[in-house]
Amino acid sequence: MWRDAWLVAGRDLRIEARSRVALWQVLPFAILVLFLFAFSFGPQRSQLANSAPGLFWLALLFSTVLFAQRSRALEGSPATRESTRLLGLDPAGVFLGKMMALSVELVLLEILLILGVIFLFHVVVVSWLILVSSCLLAALGLSAVSVLYGALSGESRMRATLLPVLMLPIAAPVLIAGVRSFQAALEHGAGLGGRWVGVLAVFSVVYSALGIGLYGALEEN
Amino acid sequence: MAPAIHLRSAVVVVGRFPVLAGVDLDLDEGSVSAVLGANGAGKTSLLRLLAGLVPVEGGQATILGHDLGTERQALRHHVGLLGHDAGMYEELFPKENLVFALRAARLDPTRAEPALERVGIQGRLARTPMGQLSAGQQRRVGLALLLARRPQVWLLDEPHAALDSEARTLLGELVEEAAVGGAIVVATSHEPNLVLPMADRVITMAGGVVIDNQPGLRKPPGASHVA
Repeated sequence: MWRDAWLVAGRDLRIEARSRVALWQVLPFAILVLFLFAFSFGPQRSQLANSAPGLFWLALLFSTVLFAQRSRALEGSPATRESTRLLGLDPAGVFLGKMMALSVELVLLEILLILGVIFLFHVVVVSWLILVSSCLLAALGLSAVSVLYGALSGESRMRATLLPVLMLPIAAPVLIAGVRSFQAALEHGAGLGGRWVGVLAVFSVVYSALGIGLYGALEEN
Repeated sequence: MAPAIHLRSAVVVVGRFPVLAGVDLDLDEGSVSAVLGANGAGKTSLLRLLAGLVPVEGGQATILGHDLGTERQALRHHVGLLGHDAGMYEELFPKENLVFALRAARLDPTRAEPALERVGIQGRLARTPMGQLSAGQQRRVGLALLLARRPQVWLLDEPHAALDSEARTLLGELVEEAAVGGAIVVATSHEPNLVLPMADRVITMAGGVVIDNQPGLRKPPGASHVA
């Protein structure tokens, strides 16, 4: 399983590095969202700083939907997917590999967004441990949901519109826990933030397990 | 000896439509079969059934000892399918595609380069993303993958399409080599003049069933058992 996972992760990252869709489309989209949020709140520093956690996680969620579409598109044409199915890859390994590749991309996006909120929203991070751990766990959870629901939306011609409708309600716990842990990282450091980081960890474990168990059946059907 | 491919009243349903409505077919190792028929006759569906990509809804289907009702995934490792689309990742180079496929299939990735050279994909072409190659060149890469993987069942969907005369000659050579090596080759075609010389069986389909099954022009090295 892990061997196939590394193979698939390497394939997805190589394709993404060559196509540069993430670099030229998804990352600029995320930054654009942050700028628009900043413009909509005006120049008041306190208001910007107070709303920064929510805006960070909303920008991340919207961008994740684009990454999810992209991750599915990397699988290629129906003929490419059939050709790959003939190679005998372990479906659980394929799921994990896609999840790993997407997690790497999401972590890069999170770094960019954190820098964005620091400079645009004038926030001061008190507990980097809380912020980094919540971002890493959210990247894992969101990538698991993206790959799972990407497979669920399958060959649907409405995938571009169906995927956000399927994904965003499922990702609501990440938004809530992410905002709370981000607030904790800005204000009090550990304590309450740790509980919300725990929620993100449970979310990641549950959806990773679901993906490992269901991905093969979703691809077959 | 039991035939390597054995279909009896095999039914495949897509949506609610039976794309294969009771196919009977027996093919031995080392055989080359041409499948002819009009559009919608069921040729491509037959290949997808033989690849283990679609479930058999009725009848019997056994390939290389694997029951297609229960062991489709175990069969797939032994099957190579070259469809209308070569089935490669457009952003990757031909060699990268082959190396990924060989590693995924737990085969030696060093087989990639000789296979690509054999089909004439080398030098600048080998370092060009698949999406920028012509349809014929992509087909050649698809053939190289078959050559490198050496599956026991070769399924070719209109293999001559988009190939130039040199590549068509090469295709004939590769098919003959595979069959002599014991592989089972099944090729669909709309061009009987191209496919008949390389086939020892000519199967005609219509309406999702086999309506005719005759000897072809190729003389196989071994005996061929056909129902």
